[in-house]
Amino acid sequence: MNKFSLIAALVLIFTASAFAQDGNADNGKKIFLKDGCYECHGTVGQGGTGPRLAMPAIALPTITAIVRKGVGGMPPYSAKVLSDAELTDIHAYLESIPAPPPAKNIALLNQ
Amino acid sequence: MAKSKKAPVDRRGFLKGAAAGAAAALAVPSIGAAQQVRAVAAAAEGEATRPAPAEVRSQDKQGSDFMVDVFKSLGFEYFFCLPGGGTGIQESVVNYGGNKDPQYILVMHEESGAAMANGYAKIEGKPAMVCAHGTVGLQHAVMGIYDAFCDRVPVYVVIGNTRDPNSEVGGVHAAQDPAALVRDMTKWDDAPASLPRFAESAVRAYKFAMTPPTMPVLLTMDEPTQTRPIPNGTDLRIPKVGTMAPPAGDSAAVAQAARMLVEAENPVMVATRAVRSANGLKLMVELAETLQCAVIDQHRRLNFPTRHPLNQTLLAAPGGKPLMIPAALKPDVVIGLESSDFFDTVRPLMQGGTPPKLITITAGDLFRKANYQDNYRFRDVDLAIAADAEATLPDLIEACKKLITADRKRFFEARGAKLAEASRAALERHRTDASYGWDASPIATARLSMELYSQIKNEDWSFVTESFWIREWPLRLWDFNKHYQYIGGAGGEGVGYQAPAAIGAALANKKHGRLSVAIQPDGDLMIANGCLWTAARHHIPLLMLMHNNRAYHQELMEIQSTAAKRSRGVDRVNICAKIDNPNIDYAKLAQSMGVQAEGPVNDPTQLAAAIRRGIEVVKSGEPYLIDTITQPR
Repeated sequence: MNKFSLIAALVLIFTASAFAQDGNADNGKKIFLKDGCYECHGTVGQGGTGPRLAMPAIALPTITAIVRKGVGGMPPYSAKVLSDAELTDIHAYLESIPAPPPAKNIALLNQ
Repeated sequence: MAKSKKAPVDRRGFLKGAAAGAAAALAVPSIGAAQQVRAVAAAAEGEATRPAPAEVRSQDKQGSDFMVDVFKSLGFEYFFCLPGGGTGIQESVVNYGGNKDPQYILVMHEESGAAMANGYAKIEGKPAMVCAHGTVGLQHAVMGIYDAFCDRVPVYVVIGNTRDPNSEVGGVHAAQDPAALVRDMTKWDDAPASLPRFAESAVRAYKFAMTPPTMPVLLTMDEPTQTRPIPNGTDLRIPKVGTMAPPAGDSAAVAQAARMLVEAENPVMVATRAVRSANGLKLMVELAETLQCAVIDQHRRLNFPTRHPLNQTLLAAPGGKPLMIPAALKPDVVIGLESSDFFDTVRPLMQGGTPPKLITITAGDLFRKANYQDNYRFRDVDLAIAADAEATLPDLIEACKKLITADRKRFFEARGAKLAEASRAALERHRTDASYGWDASPIATARLSMELYSQIKNEDWSFVTESFWIREWPLRLWDFNKHYQYIGGAGGEGVGYQAPAAIGAALANKKHGRLSVAIQPDGDLMIANGCLWTAARHHIPLLMLMHNNRAYHQELMEIQSTAAKRSRGVDRVNICAKIDNPNIDYAKLAQSMGVQAEGPVNDPTQLAAAIRRGIEVVKSGEPYLIDTITQPR
């Protein structure tokens, strides 16, 4: 099974699970920074050595699946390290991040 | 303190003074053979406050004077030195040699000196000198030499030594074979025991350093040979370097490569360190345009213009080391030009389907060292041309042109048009990628890069730090089209290279009037930040924007990954690699060493004005540092 198939399967599994969708964005931001998510994904989830997570936010079941199992350079985080509730809050934070203006409207990007 | 009004002592004046001193010394009881001691002369600077020389014994030319004659004949411009390597040679550089060609550049760490020579060589295309104490200095210099070795950069190292344990410089400061320390990372070394042999070895070392694969070399300058006066009438000769021709590929092999490339449906050129000159870049473009083929630049040098329509580097995942050839290009022939890790470069193409035919042209096949594993894994190829790529390109281009029929040319043009469209679309994707987090604080590295570019793009600029640490934004979004605009990073992948190498590169750019700019990682600067003082002391114009993410960030990510895998919690990994609590004030650090600076800047809207102020200072001939607080990558 390649990594994309694995992700797809995990997404289906976790989609079937019940998730609290109304996390606390402020707390999510604190955890995102405290637990080092920003190190690879940037402080606003814009991406870095890891992929972009926000603008728009990746679905909670997908994030949860990847966080729990790990994929590529992403290590697995057990519930002991990062609880489901904390993940829900992180997702709420990622959802709260506004989209940037289109690149074509940013003059410095069109030099 | 009032400045001395005394005019600087030129060489003629110095000799006259030395003659008078020698005459006066006739009345002083000899403490040894007069011809065995050094001539002593006060340097012009600080002469008024220095005690009178205790010994002025000879006006004859000294051994180290002749060494300087040899260095001058080799065209060295700079002598990067932390006092060491022998007082004789240092005194001769500044007095006998007039402190010009080579000019003494005082460094605060020998590793920094080696990195400065590294950055200089990659811009200027020739080596500078690094002078170090034979034991305690060389041990500091090792990492800088290793970077140059891995990066195939000619650096000319000289050290002092004495084999006599009873001499005044002995004991722990002497070694039987000091060069042994770096023999695994230098191309050649020697310890000539006489001046005639020194001249031969010095010229030989230069030729070896400059012949591809270019690498560091080392000469041990025996202390007695440096300090012993040369008896009048001694006939000393400096051999000439002559014209040096780099090794070009065998003509039959080049013809075979041309056939493979012309007959291929989707040939791909991939280059790591193929270009070392303006002509090299021109030849790379000519070959690509002749074939209308895709080019992947692995950016250890600038091997291809970033905005050229045949440049398909943006199709590869940014930040790979090495940058692998994307399978989407579907190459049936790949030619690697001075590719250092060809095994991984083509790995995505070797998994399933029909693998492409592989050609390599590299001087790396001509000379290798055994210990350090810079050979990487072995990739079996179809045609390996053991030669310098840049020197081989003219023949390869001509051989290709001879084989291209009108039909083939039409096919090539259609292929080139598709590639141009692919590169245009890729650039748009990368611009969109850069827009995410555009207004973030800490400042996004894309924003930092583009704010800088907007103010230098109409100048003759040179970006002298590695793009890797900032997600390759400059290489993804700027228009690099001159070979000196990018020089890659640390060959040995250590930290402590970026800042001094940038300063060395800026020194090389100075005489060309180029605007040198750097985006400087914070952890790297903390390895040996005394290089800032060297930049101020020697008026080296460089605009340095800090990539201050307050961490040894690569390690931070990796330790965190390990902690997560072990399910032990991630809240303590900061102990290992965060550079905070307290935060370092880089502006004050720079200012303390005489570099004008400002910051910290957290707000991206304040960047433009800060960069404008910095450029103004740099254009006046001085370094400038802006401490910018940035996203991790």
